[in-house]
Amino acid sequence: MSAPAAARTPVRRLAGVLHRHPGLRLAALLSAPMTWLALAYLGSLAVLLLSAFWTTNEFTSSIEYRWTTANFLAVLTDPQYRTVALRTLGIAVSVTLIDAVIALPMAFHIARVAGPSSRRLLLVAVLTPLWAGYLVKAYAWWVMLSHGGILDWITAPFGGHSPGFGVPAVVMVLAYLWLPYMVLPLCTAFGQLPDSLLDASADLGAGPWRTFRSVVLPLARPALIAGSVFTFSLSLGDYLTVQIVGGTTSMLGNVIASNVTLNLPLAAAVSCVPVLLIVGYLLAVRRTGALDNL
Amino acid sequence: MSIRHPLRALTAATALLLAAACSSNAGGSSASGGFAPPKISAQKSLGAGEGTVNIVAWAGYVEYGQDSKTVDWVTPFTQQTGCKVNLKVAGTSDEMVALMKTGQYDTVSASGDATLRLIAGGDVAPVNTALVPNYADIYPGLKNQPWNSVNGVPYGIPHGRGANLLMYNTDKVTPAPTSWGSVFAADSPYAGHVTAYDSPIYIADAALYLMRTEPDLGIKNPYALTKPQLDAAVALLKVQKKQIGSYWSDYTKEQAAFDSGDDLIGTTWEVIQQAVAGDGKVKTQAILPTEGSTGWSDTWMISAHAQHPDCAYQWMNYIVSPAVNAQVAEYFGEAPANSKACGQITDNPNFCTDYHATDESWWKNVYYWTTPTAQCADGSGRGDCTTYAQWVTAWNEIKS
Repeated sequence: MSAPAAARTPVRRLAGVLHRHPGLRLAALLSAPMTWLALAYLGSLAVLLLSAFWTTNEFTSSIEYRWTTANFLAVLTDPQYRTVALRTLGIAVSVTLIDAVIALPMAFHIARVAGPSSRRLLLVAVLTPLWAGYLVKAYAWWVMLSHGGILDWITAPFGGHSPGFGVPAVVMVLAYLWLPYMVLPLCTAFGQLPDSLLDASADLGAGPWRTFRSVVLPLARPALIAGSVFTFSLSLGDYLTVQIVGGTTSMLGNVIASNVTLNLPLAAAVSCVPVLLIVGYLLAVRRTGALDNL
Repeated sequence: MSIRHPLRALTAATALLLAAACSSNAGGSSASGGFAPPKISAQKSLGAGEGTVNIVAWAGYVEYGQDSKTVDWVTPFTQQTGCKVNLKVAGTSDEMVALMKTGQYDTVSASGDATLRLIAGGDVAPVNTALVPNYADIYPGLKNQPWNSVNGVPYGIPHGRGANLLMYNTDKVTPAPTSWGSVFAADSPYAGHVTAYDSPIYIADAALYLMRTEPDLGIKNPYALTKPQLDAAVALLKVQKKQIGSYWSDYTKEQAAFDSGDDLIGTTWEVIQQAVAGDGKVKTQAILPTEGSTGWSDTWMISAHAQHPDCAYQWMNYIVSPAVNAQVAEYFGEAPANSKACGQITDNPNFCTDYHATDESWWKNVYYWTTPTAQCADGSGRGDCTTYAQWVTAWNEIKS
């Protein structure tokens, strides 16, 4: 037999070494993704954090590598950053709530009420907007919201007019943009809901509302939270939508963008605010246990 | 476990990488205020072109038919010199400064509020005007000015100058405005349809209005503001913000907002008004209000790190040649810098009179963009003026 000969080939020998050393095996498996994670992802975050401690030349806006905490102090003490941070947080929370309220019945209908063929059509309808570019959608809303646009035209017979450009417009457009990210996880969760539980609830005398509150919602909670992570973090970091339909509104993203050209260290310090908000949100989510099922 | 070793190695590698990133640029810092420019020597001679030139410019300065098929002076340049033009349009001077810092561009059409910052930062090199034959025909009044030279060393080729005008929708805005007061009033009938330029330098527009309307503040020059004067301008701009529909820094944004009727009145560049007129959706007019206005005198500068300096020099010479300078001036709506350009204007025989190309007394009412420094720009010799960094903070505060 050729088996003893094969045992001496380098490949077999390597396999043997790896078999005897589980630690080496693990290191070989993990080194590539860990390198990527550490260098590309954590590395860039570290550079961001580090550059927030530098300063710029007031006149030329060149970066000077002098250690200072003034940028963080400005972000913490200057009321303008607090105003913008709170406004951004408010917008992100509103977008998340609106998406949850719209997506819950939508996803429930798609997953449990619609027939198989219309379910497929509805899912395609939810996904189709993701095929269009982000800017195209934002500018489409600009056209709809603008003076004499479609919203003016629809609401005119009732004496209304377009909300114009501002915070309400930003919330509307962001809620539209991120809705699929809320619908899809909920659809999956509702699809996996066992019929027996709903039947049992009905047998025990619960009405539809009571069933929804006590059975459906607790089971769909992880999906709801997963969806909210998307809508919340995407809204928190957005700065293009607000530039297009925000009028004079500015969000954290705009403050960062306007400082990137003139005062990179300050922009880096401001960037830490959304990073901290997201980390805080994720930690809060983890405490609910929703991440355990992912 | 052995897993700890790769992690430690990675940490070390990251630290090394960071150290490298920090040290690579460390030579770039320089003095501020009354500054001495870094020692960079001008190019001595011109070689054959490199085949490409990367340009940062204002909208309307480098046209290859992108806006209108008939407006194209880049194609003849490429045919004559073999230099392919790559254009990056910037919306504000701050953007221009940031783009030039990347070192990826060869030449820039910088306004007076960017030029000194670029010179002091070592981002642009002095210009050897002997390599630009058309420099001889530039109006003497534009040469060796404080915004394009340091200690008599020229840092660029003057391109042209113009004013920031007040544009309004002639159907909706009646009576026709004559004063900047119509964009600074607290109870504007056009509330929500007023627009303004989104840059810290716009503070000067408010300062200019205060200089004319509130002499008690003692503003002598809109770019030389003491702290109380800056605060007054900021207060005025905060009042204005309540009337603003949206700010613009991208000129297409203002064009679209006027076309749709969202904006009815606000500050503009002549070229935007031309574009709105070209779209034919609304009727507009652009005027110089009674208070005068802020404006700009632009300069073509060459990057200190230019990878295509020969093509850049050829571009600088080409763009200020009489025929092309006339073409740009007419398209953009500004006064040309080349004294022979007026003879080359084809459509409007009164163009140079209309744009006051030689009328220096008219330009006294136009305050060219300048970077505010602690050294007051009003010639008083005082050193208690607010710096551009303070203007940036103030602008962010207005917008927050």
